[in-house]
Amino acid sequence: MTILADRPAAFDESPALEHAQAPSGFLKWVTSTDHKVIGKNYTVTAVIFFLLAGCMAMLIRAQLANPDSTLLSQHTYNEMFTMHGSLMIYLFVGPVAFGGLANYVVPLQIGAPDMAFPRLNALSYWLYLGGGSLMMMGFLTTGSAADFGWVAYAPLSNSINTPGAGPDLWIVALILTGFSAIFTGVNLVSTIYYLRAPGMTMFRMPIFTWNMLVTGILILIAFPVFTSALVMLWCDRHLGAHIFEVQGGGVPVLWQDLFWFFGHPEVYILALPFFGIVTDIIAVFSRKPIFGYRGMVFATISIAALSTSVWAHHMFTTGVVLLPFFSLMSYLIAVPTGIKFFNWIGTMWRGSVKFDTPMLFCIGFLGTFLVGGVTGILLASPPIDFATHDTYFVVAHFHSVVMALVMGAFAGFFYWYPKMTGRMLREGLGKATFWFMFIGTNVTFDPQYLLGLKGSPRRVAEYAASEGFTTLNRISSAGAVLLFISVAIFLVNLVVSWRVPIPAGDNPWDASSLEWATSSPPPHHNFLKIPPIRSQRPVWDQNHPEHRILEHAKPRFGGLLANAGGSTVLLEDLSADGDEGAEGPGSDDYGGTGGPVL
Amino acid sequence: MKVESYVLLFVGFFFGCVGLAYWFLSSEDAGSVMLLGTFLLGSVPGFYYLWWSRRMRPRPEDDPNASLEDGAGVVGAFPGSSIWPFVLGFGATFVALALVFGAWTLGVGLFLAVAALVGVIYESRRGGLV
Repeated sequence: MTILADRPAAFDESPALEHAQAPSGFLKWVTSTDHKVIGKNYTVTAVIFFLLAGCMAMLIRAQLANPDSTLLSQHTYNEMFTMHGSLMIYLFVGPVAFGGLANYVVPLQIGAPDMAFPRLNALSYWLYLGGGSLMMMGFLTTGSAADFGWVAYAPLSNSINTPGAGPDLWIVALILTGFSAIFTGVNLVSTIYYLRAPGMTMFRMPIFTWNMLVTGILILIAFPVFTSALVMLWCDRHLGAHIFEVQGGGVPVLWQDLFWFFGHPEVYILALPFFGIVTDIIAVFSRKPIFGYRGMVFATISIAALSTSVWAHHMFTTGVVLLPFFSLMSYLIAVPTGIKFFNWIGTMWRGSVKFDTPMLFCIGFLGTFLVGGVTGILLASPPIDFATHDTYFVVAHFHSVVMALVMGAFAGFFYWYPKMTGRMLREGLGKATFWFMFIGTNVTFDPQYLLGLKGSPRRVAEYAASEGFTTLNRISSAGAVLLFISVAIFLVNLVVSWRVPIPAGDNPWDASSLEWATSSPPPHHNFLKIPPIRSQRPVWDQNHPEHRILEHAKPRFGGLLANAGGSTVLLEDLSADGDEGAEGPGSDDYGGTGGPVL
Repeated sequence: MKVESYVLLFVGFFFGCVGLAYWFLSSEDAGSVMLLGTFLLGSVPGFYYLWWSRRMRPRPEDDPNASLEDGAGVVGAFPGSSIWPFVLGFGATFVALALVFGAWTLGVGLFLAVAALVGVIYESRRGGLV
């Protein structure tokens, strides 16, 4: 962060006058360094990539709905699943979280005027857009877009097996988006370390901000490895480097080693932001503090650490990895993830839960992620992995995980849309989106577990009628139609809210973190006034002074103490002169901790 | 600054232990080197922050009882609107295209990138638009 003793003259003028001259429209899109504008740009761009990748998924499901289908050629099918995976993983789920929602929300949640490096932030967006465009340009080349799968295993990805400009464009596109992600990671960590408001100690930050800090560090660990591996792959294809080719003394499996050292943390780079979103939303809509705040923070850090020591569990069948080590480490991730589930349920337990759209998406996240997580534990066992490797079982497993994250993304979008635009989305349409998505996810991907167990291989364009895969594939394709409808309803919701706005107000959900203290949408540099920060829930303390959580309440004679969300709460003052000092929270809002508690 | 340094030191500590265990169990080079890199990524800045945190007064954001007035003063310099990140991003994209289609876009890309770097530096001295 640059700290200037004397600001340049341009900053010293009256701010209101300057901001009136700020560019608008196209020029604003191109020149803005405001984290809110960049966050929105990221979100909109990522959603466009999501829609494109969704259309590719629909083509894949249409192809697989019938045996011996000739809808797509085998080559086109390869392009479709490669680009579907690449767009979803590299250009949607990650960027919409750390570039879109986090970019917008993290500075607001810690009371900062902007990200630490605003121009670097803008550069991240342009590298991301440039990279994404280059990847899509593959469809315009004479050969084809990349068709070696989103993991680009060597030696399939060398210049003999997949020649042409499309795969090259895929490689350089990911080098660009890799730099974009690294810059965003640097920005997030610096912002959280250096730009917090006074009183916003590390253990008062919302869990979403904590998770974005850990995600930022994880980006810094994982992405440089991937970017260097891509440079090596480019050298192999163009300069004859033979790093991943046996002929020149190279080692093809090294690509898998490098790729998954990035690829597995990447799964958690995708997941942790949504864990944070879900944690915050569940607390707000249960009208309770987060249950086990510090436990959540330590679980996040443990998940991130363990996720970087399990990369070779994707390579069990190569026969060259240390099975006991990677199997044990993979099992261990279940422990902190289990703690998180426990705490999510603990937060809802006896709260007055409101089932608004963001909360519904969070509950859908819990259910779907549980299915994906439990099947992940199965796959951590090498004997089961040997049997199911490269079958639809694996496809179903990670789609359960990723669809849970998509529900987390929708939860965050419905939750923060009022803050970003000052308008509400329609509840009825939102709930319809949720139910179509939740049912569609299960109808699409649950049959794929069975397909995998019956031996259906992934990444194969056709199957014969005699193989017995037809019925399950048709059910799965029908589910994909439900998912398509859910996204269509979401788009209708956006249009309706745009044409007939319902004003949101500053704090429509009665939420507790700092972004709800400012106006919707927030002004330039975010805050005209910041409420005093005395707990993890500064806005709650301000709006509900009668139900304040007092962090420094001392136990007094006869008082019952419980630890709620890392804050010491004096629950019931049994002493006779209980009207002074700490006030106990009312049992209505603190149903989970009211009454006799030990 | 203490908690911040502990977070990074934990990264260093964890990957130091895992890296040692992995090296002795597998003797695999690539993974061990990456774990060593991760160990350094956590421990080098972690120890630097720890070193600093013992030599500075706690900042207002580290103090649970700080009031907003304690943080009064210049928070930082936040540049206003700037065209240069866009130009730099565009230049980098053209350089990347040169890696695929040959050298002719390299000139355009490098020109844009260098222009953007010069522009950013001058803008930092003068102060940009809002």
